[in-house]
Amino acid sequence: MTGALSDEAAQAWPSDASMADDILVRVENLVKYFPVRGNGLVRRTVANVQAVDGVSLTIPRGKTLGLVGETGCGKSTLARCIAGLIPATSGKVYFEGNDITNLRRRAMQPFRREIQMIFQDPYGSLNPRRRVGAIIGDPFAVHKTASGNDRKRAVQDLMARVGLNPEHYNRFPAEFSGGQRQRIGVARALALRPKLIICDEPVSALDVSIQAQVLNLLADLQADFGLSYLFIAHDLEVVRHVSDSVTVMYLGRVAEHGPGDAVYDHPRHPYSAALLSAAPAADPDSAAQRQRILLTGDVPSPINPPSGCRFHPRCPKAQDLCAAAVPPLETKAGDPATHLTACHYPVEEGEALARAGRREHR
Amino acid sequence: MSLLEVTDLRVSFPTADGVVQAVRGVSFSVERGRTLGIVGESGSGKTVLTQSLLGLTPGGQISGQAVFDGVNLVGLDSRELQKIRGKQISVIFQDPLTSLHPMYKVGWQISEMIRAHDKSVSKAQATDRAVELLGFVGIPRPRERVHDYPHQFSGGMRQRVMIAMAISLNPKLIIADEPTTALDATVQAQILDLLLRLQQDSDTALLMITHDLGVVADIADNVMVMYAGRAAEKATKRDIFYAEHHPYTKGLLESIPHSSAAGERLRPITGQPPSLINLPSGCKFHPRCAYVMDRCLDEEPTLHAVGDAGAHRSACWLPAAALGEGTGAEDLRRRAVAEGRGADAARVALTIAAAPEAEGSVIA
Repeated sequence: MTGALSDEAAQAWPSDASMADDILVRVENLVKYFPVRGNGLVRRTVANVQAVDGVSLTIPRGKTLGLVGETGCGKSTLARCIAGLIPATSGKVYFEGNDITNLRRRAMQPFRREIQMIFQDPYGSLNPRRRVGAIIGDPFAVHKTASGNDRKRAVQDLMARVGLNPEHYNRFPAEFSGGQRQRIGVARALALRPKLIICDEPVSALDVSIQAQVLNLLADLQADFGLSYLFIAHDLEVVRHVSDSVTVMYLGRVAEHGPGDAVYDHPRHPYSAALLSAAPAADPDSAAQRQRILLTGDVPSPINPPSGCRFHPRCPKAQDLCAAAVPPLETKAGDPATHLTACHYPVEEGEALARAGRREHR
Repeated sequence: MSLLEVTDLRVSFPTADGVVQAVRGVSFSVERGRTLGIVGESGSGKTVLTQSLLGLTPGGQISGQAVFDGVNLVGLDSRELQKIRGKQISVIFQDPLTSLHPMYKVGWQISEMIRAHDKSVSKAQATDRAVELLGFVGIPRPRERVHDYPHQFSGGMRQRVMIAMAISLNPKLIIADEPTTALDATVQAQILDLLLRLQQDSDTALLMITHDLGVVADIADNVMVMYAGRAAEKATKRDIFYAEHHPYTKGLLESIPHSSAAGERLRPITGQPPSLINLPSGCKFHPRCAYVMDRCLDEEPTLHAVGDAGAHRSACWLPAAALGEGTGAEDLRRRAVAEGRGADAARVALTIAAAPEAEGSVIA
């Protein structure tokens, strides 16, 4: 079985086959549909929200995979499927070669230690009525790895490690600022020395100066503990900063995947190009020079996604083929083998997608 | 004369824990057809500042002056303010879902606004105008969509409805409070483009409040950086980004990940923003400042000119020579950190003061 798998994987991920040992997580053709039920007595499923529709990706050991895309593209759903928080409709998730898709509670237990999450909202993700020491110590209690004074010492070590004062062990979350709360979330995720931390918009709710502190902390922890991150954020500059490789999602599918520099500097998918051109740069000169590709309309409904390439109704390059056939995720001519694009008519070097002369600058 | 001239505006809120000094003496002006960006972190007072102009801060004690088109807004009674609000100054809020009434059709909400300020407009005329406005802000099939409720619109479309409402009476000034913060990058680009187009068409002044320096780099003409209820630095956009003077501005700029330096360590500002009830002594930024000098602990600096034209003003005791890149400010800072703050910092300050004559050579 494993032989067949690695063949398949070698096809989809040419670069990975040679270093299979370095792959921590492999996701294959993952699908997650949320049923939409009718109002009748039987509550039949009348449609499906196709939140994630056939996504394959790998997370290398000790590296960071960035996941970007607009609201509703399925990036958080994908993360929750990987963490085993919600069951997948079909497809496989492998953790260090073990199939962990839809495992029963007890079978999943050992893997839960290895996969932890940091959530977006540092206010909503901490119980306001429990003390910080208890919150961070929970993983030890759940997995029965430390108790009593050992647990307290472990928690205080963790607090010091993430830049909190260990003496604040007995305080409540309300006594901490947003940035410190996010550090509590990081300490909790770190408690069981996981191999993978899924960061779902970990800095979106923080001010820029605090955001930078937390990003530096995450980088330090990665270096110290050899952590892998799946890093989800809508801020494209943040994702580029932290990521070794980047996956761009659109409406439940992977549009483009590759090393950070390749995707950011030479996006091949028109959607990646548009998304990147829209990101505001904190630099007036580059903002003035930039050719912004303005997409028309909104992301279509995932209940009834467009045929063929899901981006075709908004794509400036769309042709008849795009509506008819789903483009495969493959390496395009001239790209490194690790740079994959799902597009029939990829963007060529120097090609202008922007409508010219739209903005005057004083 | 400027369209809006704010002088020494102060807003405080008495609470059980003490007086929250949200805005502590801010002056600025907005010109017709121009955009002023107000940047700052949570709690810097940027939202309170603009809301107090429109009487939207109940319980706040406001002093100072805010002259809009010849009328001082501070101290105006609510009936007078109501005439200005919406018609001459309109606001676009951050969250378009909570700022639209969920139980009324969007067309009704826009036409209500029009009819509230001009009773002579008939319902049919107001609806026609609403359709026209929705079309202008880029909502497809506006004739049908006026009959939809807010929940039937996406986030970006709702923000367009808010903008349609804001421009329905051709205001002279639009205050946009984090208008794109809740939106995706592609939608944000569309909205900023729309605001810019609006401004070019009708000479509207725009007051853009944001924490996102990317938005400011894109849309502002002038920028005011706020910290702890005061202006830390005020300058043209180019000066703020390329010749920043205040260490807080510098810290903000360095905190943002830049694509050119992917993977490098960020240099965040240390510590937390201060509590507005218990402000630090002297310069309110000094506990977090890497350039802190003895003087900063006792005396709060006020805005003074640091550039040639006088338009670049900064509230920092550092001499003008510390301005911008290439003056060795980085070396100075590293030395200040290495040598510790306090007594040694005074010596560092002297080194900086000596810098203009030596053209930076002293620093090396």
